[in-house]
Amino acid sequence: MNRTKGDEEEYWNSSKFKAFTFDDEDDELSQLKESKRAVNSLRDFVDDDDDDDLERVSWSGEPVGSISWSIKETAGNSGSNQEGREQLRSRNSFSSYPQLPKPTSTYSLSSLFRGRTRLGSFQSLSDALSDTPAKSYAPELGRPRGEYRDYSSDWSPSDTVRRLRKGKVCSLERFRSLQDKLQLLEEAVSMHDGNVITAVLIFLKRTLSKEILFRELEVRQVALRHLIHFLKEIGDQKLLLDLFRFLDRTEELALSHYREHLNIQDPEKRKEFLKTCIGLPFSAEDSAHIQDHYTLLERQIIIEANDRHLELAGQTEIFRKHPRKASILNMPLVTTLFYSCFYHYSEAEGTFSSPVNLKKTFKIPDKQYVLTALAARAKLRAWHDVDALFTTKNWLGYTKKRAPIGFHRVVEILHKNNAPVQILQEYVNLVEDVDTKLNLAIKFKCHDVVIDTCRDLKDRQQLLAYRSKVDKGSAEEEKIDAALSSSQIRWKN
Amino acid sequence: MAAHLSYGRVNLNVLREAVRRELREFLDKCAGSKAIVWDEYLTGPFGLIAQYSLLKEHEVEKMFTLKGSRLPAADVKNIIFFVRPRLELMDIIAENVLSEDRRGPARDFHILFVPRRSLLCEQRLKDLGVLGSFIHREEYGLDLIPFDGDLLSMESEGAFRECYLESDQTSLYHAAKGLMTLQALYGTIPQIFGKGECARQVANMMIRMKREFTGSQNAIFPVFDNLLLLDRNVDLLTPLATQLTYEGLIDEIYGIQNSYVKLPPEKFAPKKQGDGGKDLPTEAKKLQLNSAEELYAEIRDKNFNAVGSVLSKKAKVISAAFEERHHAKTVGEIKQFVSQLPHMQAARGSLANHTSIAELIKDVTTSEDFFDKLTVEQEFMSGIDTDKVNSYIEDCIAQKHPLIKVLRLICLQSVCNSGLKQKVLDHYKREVLQTYGYEHLLTLHSLEKAGLLKPQAGGRNSYPTIRKTLRLWMDDVNEQSPTDISYVYSGYAPLSVRLAQLLSRPGWRSIEEVLRILPGPHFEERQPLPTGLQKKRQPGENRVTLVFFLGGVTFAEIAALRFLSQLEDGGTEYVIATTKLVNGATWIESLMERPL
Repeated sequence: MNRTKGDEEEYWNSSKFKAFTFDDEDDELSQLKESKRAVNSLRDFVDDDDDDDLERVSWSGEPVGSISWSIKETAGNSGSNQEGREQLRSRNSFSSYPQLPKPTSTYSLSSLFRGRTRLGSFQSLSDALSDTPAKSYAPELGRPRGEYRDYSSDWSPSDTVRRLRKGKVCSLERFRSLQDKLQLLEEAVSMHDGNVITAVLIFLKRTLSKEILFRELEVRQVALRHLIHFLKEIGDQKLLLDLFRFLDRTEELALSHYREHLNIQDPEKRKEFLKTCIGLPFSAEDSAHIQDHYTLLERQIIIEANDRHLELAGQTEIFRKHPRKASILNMPLVTTLFYSCFYHYSEAEGTFSSPVNLKKTFKIPDKQYVLTALAARAKLRAWHDVDALFTTKNWLGYTKKRAPIGFHRVVEILHKNNAPVQILQEYVNLVEDVDTKLNLAIKFKCHDVVIDTCRDLKDRQQLLAYRSKVDKGSAEEEKIDAALSSSQIRWKN
Repeated sequence: MAAHLSYGRVNLNVLREAVRRELREFLDKCAGSKAIVWDEYLTGPFGLIAQYSLLKEHEVEKMFTLKGSRLPAADVKNIIFFVRPRLELMDIIAENVLSEDRRGPARDFHILFVPRRSLLCEQRLKDLGVLGSFIHREEYGLDLIPFDGDLLSMESEGAFRECYLESDQTSLYHAAKGLMTLQALYGTIPQIFGKGECARQVANMMIRMKREFTGSQNAIFPVFDNLLLLDRNVDLLTPLATQLTYEGLIDEIYGIQNSYVKLPPEKFAPKKQGDGGKDLPTEAKKLQLNSAEELYAEIRDKNFNAVGSVLSKKAKVISAAFEERHHAKTVGEIKQFVSQLPHMQAARGSLANHTSIAELIKDVTTSEDFFDKLTVEQEFMSGIDTDKVNSYIEDCIAQKHPLIKVLRLICLQSVCNSGLKQKVLDHYKREVLQTYGYEHLLTLHSLEKAGLLKPQAGGRNSYPTIRKTLRLWMDDVNEQSPTDISYVYSGYAPLSVRLAQLLSRPGWRSIEEVLRILPGPHFEERQPLPTGLQKKRQPGENRVTLVFFLGGVTFAEIAALRFLSQLEDGGTEYVIATTKLVNGATWIESLMERPL
């Protein structure tokens, strides 16, 4: 029941949110860590004859003789320190390189393509063949007709597919008629080998017009799915969108377009891109989310510029006392609301950064709003704001305490933020259910509430038991003794 | 070291030996001294079939991790790249090769693709101008890797996503290939059963591949009697629930990878005199977990609540054994005691480790949040309040618990309700997007496409029928000495394993109605055997069934199948194969959308 378990502070710094990690962390140190991790993760290869595994696995999990040990060992004596440094430096110069991919797919089609998208790398399937290396082992997918020896001219589509499957050199160029090409495709599909299906699809993609390719694949669903997957993996977004348009798969088209924003780092560009997603044929629900996504980033850009300026100027107390840990760009809505409750709580509704404005713009439910505001104000120990959050006035001017999230939860959050006992006590008292109230009071050592509640419940036994939990000679003990000896109370036990 | 692979009914060491032989043969093709450059991901699976000594015997002198720019200096004749067929790895290899060319003496480069050569990767190498530099370009068909005496995995993390989201059959093709390899070693499997679209496909591929090999009759006496192919999407429920077996919980909490687990080191500090508590290790403690360890084999599949008593019993036995030394009087007795010492010390070490692990797990399972989560899961699985917004899930979102945990619970609710009411679904979606970020819209769509999260169609909930017919929820569960597979989830009997159980007795005909509700076709195929190879079962001899989970299997399901294998009158022993060992978290994670 710990409401603030995901303490806002904590997830601000969580590595899940990229924008909240500092750019300069991407330096040598982190690369070293990366490489250390790489080496450490190399698995232990334990000797065959030794059946006593337990004893041999060391702290780092690197028994002598393991692969990781031997990598260190062999790499270590092969190069001097200088070499190592040089390696590091040159590695840095490749920092634009993608990190070694996280192990995702091991064996499958997608694993073949999950790479950095290189413009033109697939067009070059054919282009690259103009150079003729001495030794050519490659599947000669794109060799111009005149250039290859026609040793394979008699192979049927099924022979060809079979050879491709065995990884043998094989030209597809001789299949010139549409009928031949389609037969080739059907043979490949019937083999189920994604590697071969994709090879044939690339050939078709290159040699057929888009319209014919789409038309023929529409009636060949397996091949169609492979093409879609393939286009996704190599990042040929344009052709993919054309294909979805042709197939009239409007929602997939929209999602596929929207997905691209993940690859745009620059906030302005990302915002502009999101704008282009707004009109796309999403479901009604999703359309609203996309619109909100755009609006939120737009807001964040404004707030970020403003606050960075304020912080640098050093004139604003809140930023001096609580310097921002990172930028607010690309944070989720609730985090943004927390930020705004933390730094911009008292702002008028008219400003973009005011919590009330956020609440209205994004139709944040009351519950969510109160929870977030409470967590933010409690963190700043602004007890007055906390009080105001739960005070309502009725039309006669009487004030009343009300919490849409239940006061038990308020207490938990306050406790999480180290609220003093007096404050806690006040809210524990507001908990309606008596048992819950008593439990919370005991848990958070609100002695007065415990004593009063026991007295109200006429629960002598519990009060007696509680007496042993308070300090000897304390005011609480006196209070308990007074209650126990009171003749006014008709104890139920 | 791999002796534990031969403990089971089917000797999986035969498979391991076969793949080792293939590896040796490849290494010997590249004559002279060698350095291996490893695709980092492969070292895990390779560790299960070979060790450094094997490589060393074949003149492997250096080993490096594959990374950009230059290779470290190595005075060897051959440089061999061990890689998965992935385009981005080809780019790195090309860098390595090009920078090596500029430096000193020429080497021989080779490349070993695991598990399959790829036409596209080779084309990429060609585009980068390095293809001609490689002398040997081969593939190493490491499809099914033996993990334990009764367990094989392809360790293909993307398999579920590819099969059920992208409809890409490549991992099915590899599964079929792996099954062909198994049949080449262990004989043709006479009967194939299956449930699900992918199962059907794999069976088709196997039958086709067999036709293509008609030239060589397989003359091996069949070891397996049946093959059961199961689609993961026939049972989407089971992986979502928290596993409650010992091994399952270790995996849920710390994650088991290639049979290794990394644990926080504090509990494992060596208690030596004069240590004074300083020098506490800071690196994670790494342990191998498999049935080679006697104690682990005994407790891994128990419900966690039954582990404590076994550990304390063991502790008594071991201290009693150590006490024996006081009774050893004669030289002969002392000698005998000493000869047993290594075994006793190993047992003591093993006990110490598992006591520490059990303590770590207990800290988690006794926490308030774990209890709350389990209560909600069990309510859903037994059919309580699955059709409205759940307040615990809302709390988790408000407290920003890990997104995967939240998604797992929402999906569980959806599956146990045959889809959520539109209003409930929209509510969860909005909360998730506002709290974790709008970009997760893509993940939500993926979950929907995989059938894990969906609006209820036609307002009908078929889960209660499935639950009752298959007896998925058992109220009286005995965790200490179980009588039913439901002990692995303290009440819930995994649907997938129930299907396997009912297939062996009394047969699927009894549950036709439910099978029709579950997705995909169910079928049976026979692969005829020559009369000489037909088996005459001895009375009382168990059948052996290979259960292949397409799209992943959990440790709890494995435990449930092992439980069935051990039943005295069960009649069937199981060997388990899968595309990937998963748990709810790793599974959901594989469906999440990430930037390219």
